[in-house]
Amino acid sequence: MLKENEIKVGDTHTAVLVEDLKRTQIVQYAGASGDYNPLHTDEIFTTQVAGYPSVFAHGMLSMGLTGTMLTDYVGDGALKKYGVRFTNQVWPGDTLTGKATIIEIREEDGSKVIDLMIETTNQNDIAVITGNATATIEA
Amino acid sequence: MAINKFLVEASHIMMFARSVGDANPIYHDEDYAKETDLGGIIAPPTFAQSSAQFDPDYFLRPKIGGEGWFGSGKEASGAKPSKDSGGSGGGAAMGLHAEQHFEYHIPVKAGDVLTATTKPGNSWEKESKRAGKLKFSESVTEYRNQDGELVITATGVGVQTERAVDS
Repeated sequence: MLKENEIKVGDTHTAVLVEDLKRTQIVQYAGASGDYNPLHTDEIFTTQVAGYPSVFAHGMLSMGLTGTMLTDYVGDGALKKYGVRFTNQVWPGDTLTGKATIIEIREEDGSKVIDLMIETTNQNDIAVITGNATATIEA
Repeated sequence: MAINKFLVEASHIMMFARSVGDANPIYHDEDYAKETDLGGIIAPPTFAQSSAQFDPDYFLRPKIGGEGWFGSGKEASGAKPSKDSGGSGGGAAMGLHAEQHFEYHIPVKAGDVLTATTKPGNSWEKESKRAGKLKFSESVTEYRNQDGELVITATGVGVQTERAVDS
Protein backbone atom coordinates (compact mmCIF):
# COMPACT_ATOMS: atom_id res chain seq x y z
CA MET A 1 0.00 0.00 0.00
CA LEU A 2 1.21 3.51 -0.78
CA LYS A 3 2.24 5.73 2.14
CA GLU A 4 1.02 9.29 2.42
CA ASN A 5 4.46 10.74 3.11
CA GLU A 6 5.92 9.06 0.01
CA ILE A 7 3.44 10.41 -2.55
CA LYS A 8 2.16 13.73 -3.81
CA VAL A 9 -0.46 15.04 -6.20
CA GLY A 10 0.86 14.77 -9.75
CA ASP A 11 2.83 11.54 -9.17
CA THR A 12 2.44 9.07 -12.00
CA HIS A 13 2.92 5.37 -12.49
CA THR A 14 3.31 3.95 -15.98
CA ALA A 15 3.60 0.41 -17.29
CA VAL A 16 3.54 -1.37 -20.62
CA LEU A 17 0.48 -3.62 -20.31
CA VAL A 18 0.93 -5.74 -23.40
CA GLU A 19 3.21 -5.69 -26.43
CA ASP A 20 1.91 -6.88 -29.79
CA LEU A 21 -1.37 -8.22 -28.42
CA LYS A 22 -1.99 -11.73 -29.70
CA ARG A 23 -5.35 -13.13 -30.77
CA THR A 24 -4.67 -16.04 -28.45
CA GLN A 25 -4.54 -13.73 -25.43
CA ILE A 26 -7.98 -12.43 -26.40
CA VAL A 27 -9.17 -16.04 -26.53
CA GLN A 28 -7.47 -16.68 -23.17
CA TYR A 29 -9.48 -13.81 -21.70
CA ALA A 30 -12.65 -15.16 -23.32
CA GLY A 31 -12.06 -18.50 -21.60
CA ALA A 32 -11.35 -16.98 -18.20
CA SER A 33 -14.13 -14.40 -18.24
CA GLY A 34 -16.71 -16.57 -19.99
CA ASP A 35 -17.41 -13.98 -22.70
CA TYR A 36 -16.95 -15.96 -25.93
CA ASN A 37 -18.48 -13.32 -28.19
CA PRO A 38 -17.37 -14.22 -31.75
CA LEU A 39 -16.36 -10.56 -32.20
CA HIS A 40 -13.41 -11.46 -29.94
CA THR A 41 -12.85 -15.11 -30.78
CA ASP A 42 -13.90 -15.73 -34.38
CA GLU A 43 -12.04 -13.92 -37.18
CA ILE A 44 -14.31 -15.31 -39.91
CA PHE A 45 -17.54 -14.19 -38.25
CA THR A 46 -16.11 -10.81 -37.32
CA THR A 47 -14.74 -9.93 -40.75
CA GLN A 48 -17.35 -11.56 -43.00
CA VAL A 49 -20.55 -11.11 -41.01
CA ALA A 50 -20.00 -8.28 -38.57
CA GLY A 51 -17.91 -6.16 -40.97
CA TYR A 52 -14.91 -5.37 -38.77
CA PRO A 53 -11.32 -5.56 -40.06
CA SER A 54 -10.44 -8.27 -37.51
CA VAL A 55 -11.41 -9.61 -34.11
CA PHE A 56 -10.77 -7.14 -31.33
CA ALA A 57 -10.17 -7.28 -27.60
CA HIS A 58 -12.95 -7.27 -25.03
CA GLY A 59 -13.13 -3.85 -23.43
CA MET A 60 -12.86 -5.78 -20.18
CA LEU A 61 -9.52 -7.25 -21.26
CA SER A 62 -8.16 -3.71 -21.63
CA MET A 63 -9.69 -2.81 -18.27
CA GLY A 64 -8.17 -5.94 -16.72
CA LEU A 65 -4.72 -5.21 -18.17
CA THR A 66 -5.01 -1.64 -16.91
CA GLY A 67 -6.10 -2.99 -13.52
CA THR A 68 -2.84 -4.95 -13.31
CA MET A 69 -0.90 -1.70 -13.65
CA LEU A 70 -3.17 -0.08 -11.07
CA THR A 71 -2.92 -2.74 -8.35
CA ASP A 72 0.84 -3.04 -8.94
CA TYR A 73 0.94 0.66 -7.99
CA VAL A 74 -1.58 0.99 -5.14
CA GLY A 75 -1.16 -2.48 -3.65
CA ASP A 76 -3.41 -5.48 -3.05
CA GLY A 77 -6.89 -4.93 -1.67
CA ALA A 78 -6.43 -1.15 -1.65
CA LEU A 79 -8.83 -0.22 -4.45
CA LYS A 80 -12.15 1.31 -3.42
CA LYS A 81 -13.32 2.32 -6.88
CA TYR A 82 -12.21 1.66 -10.42
CA GLY A 83 -14.14 2.87 -13.44
CA VAL A 84 -13.36 3.34 -17.12
CA ARG A 85 -14.74 4.41 -20.47
CA PHE A 86 -13.75 2.40 -23.50
CA THR A 87 -12.77 5.14 -25.92
CA ASN A 88 -11.28 3.13 -28.77
CA GLN A 89 -11.09 -0.48 -29.78
CA VAL A 90 -8.02 -2.60 -29.12
CA TRP A 91 -6.84 -4.79 -31.98
CA PRO A 92 -4.45 -7.73 -32.30
CA GLY A 93 -0.95 -6.33 -32.66
CA ASP A 94 -1.59 -3.37 -30.39
CA THR A 95 0.88 -2.36 -27.69
CA LEU A 96 -0.79 -0.75 -24.69
CA THR A 97 0.68 1.51 -22.05
CA GLY A 98 -1.22 2.33 -18.89
CA LYS A 99 -0.76 5.41 -16.74
CA ALA A 100 -2.17 6.38 -13.36
CA THR A 101 -1.83 9.94 -12.04
CA ILE A 102 -2.57 11.00 -8.47
CA ILE A 103 -5.02 13.90 -8.67
CA GLU A 104 -6.07 14.20 -5.04
CA ILE A 105 -5.10 13.00 -1.57
CA ARG A 106 -7.98 13.20 0.87
CA GLU A 107 -9.90 11.54 3.68
CA GLU A 108 -12.87 9.27 3.24
CA ASP A 109 -14.72 7.45 6.03
CA GLY A 110 -11.88 8.15 8.44
CA SER A 111 -9.08 6.80 6.24
CA LYS A 112 -6.69 8.36 3.78
CA VAL A 113 -7.37 7.79 0.12
CA ILE A 114 -6.05 8.93 -3.23
CA ASP A 115 -7.98 9.66 -6.39
CA LEU A 116 -6.26 8.63 -9.58
CA MET A 117 -6.81 9.51 -13.19
CA ILE A 118 -6.21 6.62 -15.53
CA GLU A 119 -5.37 6.48 -19.18
CA THR A 120 -4.33 3.59 -21.37
CA THR A 121 -3.00 4.39 -24.82
CA ASN A 122 -2.02 2.32 -27.83
CA GLN A 123 1.17 2.49 -29.92
CA ASN A 124 -0.27 5.47 -31.82
CA ASP A 125 -0.82 7.42 -28.60
CA ILE A 126 -4.57 7.04 -28.95
CA ALA A 127 -6.44 6.56 -25.68
CA VAL A 128 -8.25 3.24 -25.54
CA ILE A 129 -9.30 3.63 -21.91
CA THR A 130 -9.82 6.69 -19.77
CA GLY A 131 -11.00 6.44 -16.23
CA ASN A 132 -10.49 6.97 -12.57
CA ALA A 133 -9.87 5.09 -9.38
CA THR A 134 -9.83 5.62 -5.65
CA ALA A 135 -7.47 3.69 -3.40
CA THR A 136 -6.74 3.52 0.30
CA ILE A 137 -3.26 4.61 1.40
CA GLU A 138 -1.39 4.40 4.69
CA ALA A 139 -1.54 7.62 6.67
CA MET B 1 -29.74 -11.43 -14.73
CA ALA B 2 -29.46 -13.16 -11.41
CA ILE B 3 -26.66 -15.49 -10.40
CA ASN B 4 -27.43 -17.68 -7.44
CA LYS B 5 -24.02 -19.23 -6.91
CA PHE B 6 -20.78 -17.66 -8.10
CA LEU B 7 -18.09 -19.89 -6.62
CA VAL B 8 -14.86 -17.92 -6.33
CA GLU B 9 -12.18 -20.55 -6.85
CA ALA B 10 -8.41 -20.19 -6.66
CA SER B 11 -7.80 -21.91 -10.01
CA HIS B 12 -10.29 -19.62 -11.75
CA ILE B 13 -8.59 -16.58 -10.20
CA MET B 14 -5.23 -17.91 -11.42
CA MET B 15 -6.51 -18.31 -14.98
CA PHE B 16 -8.22 -14.92 -14.95
CA ALA B 17 -5.07 -13.19 -13.64
CA ARG B 18 -2.99 -14.86 -16.36
CA SER B 19 -5.37 -13.61 -19.03
CA VAL B 20 -4.94 -9.99 -17.90
CA GLY B 21 -1.15 -10.32 -17.69
CA ASP B 22 -1.01 -10.26 -13.91
CA ALA B 23 1.81 -12.28 -12.32
CA ASN B 24 1.11 -11.05 -8.78
CA PRO B 25 1.43 -14.07 -6.42
CA ILE B 26 -1.58 -12.84 -4.38
CA TYR B 27 -3.65 -14.33 -7.23
CA HIS B 28 -2.05 -17.78 -7.45
CA ASP B 29 0.28 -18.58 -4.54
CA GLU B 30 -1.62 -19.64 -1.43
CA ASP B 31 1.52 -19.81 0.72
CA TYR B 32 2.49 -16.27 -0.20
CA ALA B 33 -1.06 -14.95 0.12
CA LYS B 34 -1.52 -16.44 3.61
CA GLU B 35 1.36 -14.32 4.89
CA THR B 36 -0.14 -11.05 3.64
CA ASP B 37 -2.61 -8.83 5.54
CA LEU B 38 -5.35 -10.17 3.29
CA GLY B 39 -4.74 -13.70 4.59
CA GLY B 40 -5.32 -15.56 1.35
CA ILE B 41 -5.79 -15.46 -2.39
CA ILE B 42 -7.96 -12.55 -3.51
CA ALA B 43 -9.67 -11.79 -6.80
CA PRO B 44 -8.21 -9.17 -9.16
CA PRO B 45 -10.24 -5.95 -9.55
CA THR B 46 -12.15 -6.93 -12.69
CA PHE B 47 -12.73 -10.59 -11.75
CA ALA B 48 -16.42 -10.06 -11.03
CA GLN B 49 -16.89 -9.88 -14.79
CA SER B 50 -16.34 -13.63 -14.92
CA SER B 51 -19.64 -14.13 -13.10
CA ALA B 52 -20.86 -14.75 -16.67
CA GLN B 53 -19.47 -18.28 -16.19
CA PHE B 54 -22.12 -18.87 -13.53
CA ASP B 55 -25.07 -17.44 -15.44
CA PRO B 56 -26.75 -20.56 -16.87
CA ASP B 57 -28.33 -18.59 -19.70
CA TYR B 58 -25.38 -16.36 -20.61
CA PHE B 59 -25.84 -15.86 -24.35
CA LEU B 60 -22.19 -15.18 -25.23
CA ARG B 61 -21.18 -18.74 -24.31
CA PRO B 62 -21.90 -21.55 -26.78
CA LYS B 63 -24.44 -23.88 -25.24
CA ILE B 64 -23.65 -27.57 -24.86
CA GLY B 65 -24.28 -29.06 -28.29
CA GLY B 66 -23.56 -25.71 -29.90
CA GLU B 67 -27.14 -25.11 -30.99
CA GLY B 68 -28.00 -21.52 -31.76
CA TRP B 69 -24.40 -20.30 -31.59
CA PHE B 70 -23.92 -17.50 -34.09
CA GLY B 71 -20.17 -17.83 -34.64
CA SER B 72 -18.68 -19.46 -37.73
CA GLY B 73 -18.73 -23.15 -38.56
CA LYS B 74 -19.31 -24.33 -42.10
CA GLU B 75 -20.81 -20.92 -42.74
CA ALA B 76 -19.44 -17.58 -41.58
CA SER B 77 -22.31 -17.34 -39.13
CA GLY B 78 -23.95 -20.37 -37.59
CA ALA B 79 -27.20 -18.69 -36.66
CA LYS B 80 -28.83 -15.45 -35.77
CA PRO B 81 -27.98 -14.36 -32.25
CA SER B 82 -30.89 -14.81 -29.90
CA LYS B 83 -30.29 -11.31 -28.62
CA ASP B 84 -28.08 -8.55 -29.97
CA SER B 85 -24.47 -9.61 -30.07
CA GLY B 86 -21.89 -7.84 -27.98
CA GLY B 87 -21.96 -6.85 -24.37
CA SER B 88 -20.22 -8.51 -21.51
CA GLY B 89 -20.86 -10.22 -18.25
CA GLY B 90 -22.02 -8.35 -15.23
CA GLY B 91 -25.29 -7.75 -16.97
CA ALA B 92 -24.30 -5.36 -19.73
CA ALA B 93 -25.72 -7.62 -22.43
CA MET B 94 -26.54 -4.73 -24.70
CA GLY B 95 -24.25 -4.09 -27.65
CA LEU B 96 -20.68 -2.91 -27.28
CA HIS B 97 -19.32 -2.17 -23.86
CA ALA B 98 -18.97 1.61 -23.40
CA GLU B 99 -18.14 1.98 -19.71
CA GLN B 100 -17.56 -0.15 -16.64
CA HIS B 101 -17.36 0.96 -13.03
CA PHE B 102 -16.64 -1.06 -9.90
CA GLU B 103 -17.03 -0.11 -6.27
CA TYR B 104 -15.20 -2.42 -3.89
CA HIS B 105 -16.72 -2.80 -0.45
CA ILE B 106 -14.97 -5.95 0.84
CA PRO B 107 -12.10 -7.85 -0.85
CA VAL B 108 -13.36 -10.96 -2.68
CA LYS B 109 -11.40 -14.05 -1.63
CA ALA B 110 -10.96 -17.55 -2.98
CA GLY B 111 -13.59 -19.64 -1.23
CA ASP B 112 -16.27 -16.97 -1.26
CA VAL B 113 -19.66 -17.88 -2.65
CA LEU B 114 -21.27 -14.85 -4.24
CA THR B 115 -24.69 -14.04 -5.54
CA ALA B 116 -25.35 -11.33 -8.09
CA THR B 117 -28.47 -9.43 -8.99
CA THR B 118 -28.66 -6.96 -11.86
CA LYS B 119 -31.06 -4.11 -12.34
CA PRO B 120 -31.34 -1.76 -15.29
CA GLY B 121 -30.08 1.78 -14.71
CA ASN B 122 -30.39 4.86 -16.90
CA SER B 123 -30.57 4.88 -20.68
CA TRP B 124 -29.89 7.67 -23.16
CA GLU B 125 -29.15 8.37 -26.84
CA LYS B 126 -26.45 10.25 -28.71
CA GLU B 127 -25.59 10.97 -32.35
CA SER B 128 -22.17 9.96 -33.61
CA LYS B 129 -20.61 10.66 -37.01
CA ARG B 130 -18.64 7.44 -36.81
CA ALA B 131 -21.40 5.02 -35.86
CA GLY B 132 -24.77 6.75 -36.37
CA LYS B 133 -27.29 6.80 -33.55
CA LEU B 134 -25.90 5.46 -30.27
CA LYS B 135 -28.20 3.97 -27.68
CA PHE B 136 -26.64 3.74 -24.24
CA SER B 137 -28.04 1.72 -21.37
CA GLU B 138 -26.78 1.09 -17.89
CA SER B 139 -27.02 -1.99 -15.70
CA VAL B 140 -26.12 -2.20 -12.03
CA THR B 141 -25.03 -5.50 -10.51
CA GLU B 142 -24.68 -6.09 -6.79
CA TYR B 143 -22.45 -8.92 -5.65
CA ARG B 144 -22.97 -10.29 -2.14
CA ASN B 145 -20.96 -12.88 -0.28
CA GLN B 146 -22.02 -15.95 1.71
CA ASP B 147 -22.72 -13.71 4.72
CA GLY B 148 -25.02 -11.48 2.71
CA GLU B 149 -22.51 -8.62 2.72
CA LEU B 150 -22.28 -6.38 -0.33
CA VAL B 151 -18.77 -6.93 -1.74
CA ILE B 152 -18.86 -5.25 -5.15
CA THR B 153 -21.21 -2.92 -6.98
CA ALA B 154 -20.62 -3.08 -10.74
CA THR B 155 -22.15 -0.64 -13.21
CA GLY B 156 -21.88 -1.45 -16.89
CA VAL B 157 -22.85 0.82 -19.75
CA GLY B 158 -23.60 -0.78 -23.09
CA VAL B 159 -23.99 0.97 -26.42
CA GLN B 160 -25.79 -0.17 -29.53
CA THR B 161 -24.55 1.39 -32.74
CA GLU B 162 -26.23 1.70 -36.12
CA ARG B 163 -23.03 0.74 -37.95
CA ALA B 164 -19.92 -1.30 -37.21
CA VAL B 165 -17.16 0.93 -35.88
CA ASP B 166 -13.49 0.55 -36.64
CA SER B 167 -10.92 2.98 -35.44
